[in-house]
Amino acid sequence: MSALHEWLLEESPSSRTQARLGRAWRILSALARNPLAAIGALIIIALVVTALFAPLIAPFSAVGQDLSNRLMPPSAEHWMGTDELGRDIFSRVVYGSRITLLIVAMVAVISAPIGLLVGAISGYAGGWTDRILMGITDIFLSMPKLILALAFVAALGPGIENAIIAIAITAWPVYARIARAETLTFRDAEFIAAIRLQGASATRIILRHVLPLCASSTIIRVTLDMAGIILTAAGLGFLGLGAQPPLPEWGAMISRGRNFILDQWWVATMPGFAIIAVSLGFCFLGDGLRDVLDPKQRESR
Amino acid sequence: MAGRAAHGAVGLARFMLVTILTFLGLLAITFFIGRVVPIDPVLSVVGDRATQEVYDAARERMGLDRPLVVQFFSYVGNVLSGDLGQSISTGRAVTSDLARVFPATLEMATIGILIGVLLGVPMGVIAATRQGSWADQLIRVLGLLGYSVPAFWLGLVGLAVFYAGLGWVAGPGRVDFFYEGMVDTITGLYLIDSLIAGEMDIFRNALSHLVLPASILGFFSLAYIARMTRSFMLDQLAQEYVTTARVKGVPERRVVWRHAFFPIRIQLITVIGLSYASLLEGSVMIEVVFSWPGIGNYLTTALLNADMNAVLGATLVIGSVFILINKISDVLYRILDPRARQ
Repeated sequence: MSALHEWLLEESPSSRTQARLGRAWRILSALARNPLAAIGALIIIALVVTALFAPLIAPFSAVGQDLSNRLMPPSAEHWMGTDELGRDIFSRVVYGSRITLLIVAMVAVISAPIGLLVGAISGYAGGWTDRILMGITDIFLSMPKLILALAFVAALGPGIENAIIAIAITAWPVYARIARAETLTFRDAEFIAAIRLQGASATRIILRHVLPLCASSTIIRVTLDMAGIILTAAGLGFLGLGAQPPLPEWGAMISRGRNFILDQWWVATMPGFAIIAVSLGFCFLGDGLRDVLDPKQRESR
Repeated sequence: MAGRAAHGAVGLARFMLVTILTFLGLLAITFFIGRVVPIDPVLSVVGDRATQEVYDAARERMGLDRPLVVQFFSYVGNVLSGDLGQSISTGRAVTSDLARVFPATLEMATIGILIGVLLGVPMGVIAATRQGSWADQLIRVLGLLGYSVPAFWLGLVGLAVFYAGLGWVAGPGRVDFFYEGMVDTITGLYLIDSLIAGEMDIFRNALSHLVLPASILGFFSLAYIARMTRSFMLDQLAQEYVTTARVKGVPERRVVWRHAFFPIRIQLITVIGLSYASLLEGSVMIEVVFSWPGIGNYLTTALLNADMNAVLGATLVIGSVFILINKISDVLYRILDPRARQ
C-alpha cells in the first residue's frame, strides 16, 4: 500500500500513466479533505446510482395510475405521498433523476466542446478571427439566458430534446471566454513555438496542445454551471415547455402539484427538494474542484 | 490634455459601437428565431387549401420572397419605429400590450432589488468583518441556496405558508378582485397610483399582494449581493492602508465603513446593476406562480399559444432592458472609477 502511495506521489514520474494516476490521486485526496466537496461528490454519485438503478430503487411504477389512492399524504407505504392520479411521488422522483442526469450531461457534452473550440481558435488565431468570434460570444453573453432559452424553445417546439438544445445554445459563451483567456496565457509560450517549429499544423496545435490545457478551468466552470442548468431545465418543465407528461420530470411534477398546493402540499414540494439537493451537490463539488484544481481563484465567490 | 480627450472620444465611440452591435445581435437572434419557427407564416394567413397562386401572392405581399438581409433590415426598421406586429391571442399591437404589462414587472423587480440591496450589502459587510462567525456561515448558506433553489418552487411554498397557512399576505394577482380598475392608471405602478389617488385601502391591498413575490425576488438578489460584498470587503480589509488606519487608532467602525467600504461602492454598482437585470429575467417564473400580470406572464402565455409576435416582442424588450441596465452600470463604473477612466 505504501509502495503504491509513494509510486503515485513520485516527484518525477517515469511514465505518462504514472503522472496521470498521480495527479488523479492528488485531486481525489484533496477533494476528500474538503468536507463540502465530499458531500457534493456523494450527492452526485447518489444521483448517478439512482438514475442507473431506478427500477430497483423505486417501489412503484413511475407512470402506473391508481385512482383509488389519489392525493394520499406521505406515509410508510408512499414516502412522499401520491399525486392526483394515484402515482407514487417517491418513485416518480427516482425515475426523474434519469431525466435530470440526461439533460445536464447532454448540455455539458454539447456546449463545453463548442465553447472550448471557439475560445481556443479565437485566442490562438488572434486578429480579426478573434474579434469576430469574441464579438458573437459577447453578444450571446449579454443576453438574458432564461429568456433566450424560452424563445428558442418557442421556435423549436416543446420537448426534452429542444429544451436541451435551447439551454446548450445559451451555455457555451462562458466556456468560450474561459478557453480564450487560458489560451492567451500560453499562446506565446516556448513549448507551443517548439511544436510549431516541428511543423505541427494549427489544427493539431489547438486540438492536441491548447485544448487539454483549457480543460481543468472549463471542468470547474461546467460543474458550477450545472446548478443553473438544472434550474433552467426544471423551469422549462414547470412552464410546460420541457419534458412532456407523463415523463416524471421534476419541474413538470411541481407544475402539476400547483393546483393542490394549498391542501396537498406534498405533490408540489417533494420534487423541489430533489432539485435543491442535486443543485447544491453540484455547487459544493464545483467549489471544491476550484479550490483543488485552481488555487489562484480561491475565495472569489 | 488634448490627447486624453481624444482618447476618451475614441473610447466613447468604441463603447457606442459595441452597444449598437449588441442590440443588432439581439435583433438578429429574434429575427432568426422568427424564421426557424416550424409554422409557415404564409400558410397561417391563407390557410392550407389555398392555390399556389394565392400562396405566392400572399408570400410576396408579406415580403417573404425578398432576400433574408433585406427582410432583416426591414424588421429592424419596424422594431425601431415601434412596430412589433399584432398579437394573435390579444388581437392588439404587441407594443401596446407590452407597455400595459411592463409597469407590473418593473414595480415587483424594483421592490425586489431594494430588499436585496438594503439587506444584502450590510450582511456582506458584517460577514466580511466577522469571518467564520455564525453571521458569516448564514450568509454562505443563503448564497448557496440562492444558486440551488428553483424560484417557482420557493414561490409556491411561500404561497402555501404565508398566504394559505398563516394568512399574513394576500394571494396571487396585483390587487384583490374588487379593487381591480378602481385607480386611474398614471404610472402603471399600483403603489404610486393609489397614493396619488389617495386610496390608502388600495395601497395597503397592493402592498400586501406585492410583498411576497418581491421578497422572493429580493432573496435571490440578496444572496448574490451579500456574497459579492463579502468578497470585495475581504479584499479591501487585507490591504495595507487598512492596517495603517488601524495602527493609527482609527475606530474600527470608521475603518470598516469609511476606509474599506468607500472604495468598493463602485464595484457594487456593477453588481447591483447585474442583479437588477437578472431580477427582470427571474421575475418570469415568479409572475407565473403569482399570476402577476407582468411581462413574464405575458411572455409565457404567448409561448403556450404559439403567439410568435408576442413572444419575440417580449423577448426583445426584456433583452433590451437587460442589455441597457448592464451598459448603464458599465458607464457609471467608468465615470466613477478614476482607474477605469484612462
